Amino acid sequence: MNAKVLTITSGKGGVGKTTTAANLAIALTSLGQKVVCIDTDIGLRNLDVVLGLENRIVYDLVDVVEGRCRLTQAMIRDRRFENLHLIPAAQTRDKTALAPDDMVRLCNELRPMADWIVIDSPAGIERGFRNALAPSDEVLVVTNPEVSSLRDADRIIGLVEAEEKGPVKLIINRINPAMVKRGDMLSAPDVVELLSIPLIGIVPEDEAVLVSTNHGHPVVLNEKSKAGTAFLNIGRRLMGEEVPWMSLNGNDGLFKRLGQLFNGGS
Amino acid sequence: MASVFERIRGKSSSSAVQAKERLHLVLVHDRTDLTPDDLKSLKDRLIEVISDYVEINAADTEIQIQVEGREQTLIANIPLRSPRRKRR
Repeated sequence: MNAKVLTITSGKGGVGKTTTAANLAIALTSLGQKVVCIDTDIGLRNLDVVLGLENRIVYDLVDVVEGRCRLTQAMIRDRRFENLHLIPAAQTRDKTALAPDDMVRLCNELRPMADWIVIDSPAGIERGFRNALAPSDEVLVVTNPEVSSLRDADRIIGLVEAEEKGPVKLIINRINPAMVKRGDMLSAPDVVELLSIPLIGIVPEDEAVLVSTNHGHPVVLNEKSKAGTAFLNIGRRLMGEEVPWMSLNGNDGLFKRLGQLFNGGS
Repeated sequence: MASVFERIRGKSSSSAVQAKERLHLVLVHDRTDLTPDDLKSLKDRLIEVISDYVEINAADTEIQIQVEGREQTLIANIPLRSPRRKRR
């Protein structure tokens, strides 16, 4: 095994990075992949609670880096999925406890043990983001169809390109098809046109996301949820499968336009 | 939400269209780190330098950033004074 390192980032906080990281990790596991998640949001850890693993933490990322435990001791195995592990962030430290080189070393040690390493990046463009980006092979930028998160996503894309990392792909999260239809929300093609990077997923706004997070069972486990299906589709696209764009409200015109954007090689 | 009046006036007034137009301008300036003021002073200096070599029509000179994908190009349109006008 030689894991691919996938960094989930956004610039702005609150757009759904951690939800995306948790759901993609489970999607990949359910597709037969061995996955290790790393929460790099030191001091503000959350991936543990979204995955429902908060009661199992003994050691964390900073313990590994500072040599207080072995790497495998900090890897929490998910009891529901034997191929899913989490390395949680330290909660009582800050981002300066970790350096980009530490992350590169740690991921190199992990690569032989997994198919995917999913890194949940903190918000912002500083040290925490640099830590999450340093070992990355592929970057997924999460945005909402809304001016401030789009602007921040554009900044992040510029920084990833400047570091010559990537490829960078886009996830549009929390799109509301009814609002798009009445002209009160940017559509997926609008967002792709503005940011000019390839799209890998469109996740509709869905109450099931919050409900499943309340339970600590990410929404991708809920087959009836559109958001869950959207996350599973992203997992399949990460595996190289061509998955048709899910119809969110029967608006085929939109999906025809999207198809054209892709075939145009964007 | 778009009002009935706005809908009658057409799609151009919808909030999504406004968001797109505003973002388009913001992203151009974010990416180049050039403010509209910077662009104006760049234009003034460009006119000054080029005028040392050739007579140009400063009033009609235009400078803009053209966006194609994530590539941006600085486009300057600098009309030269016509020889006929020069002779007068």
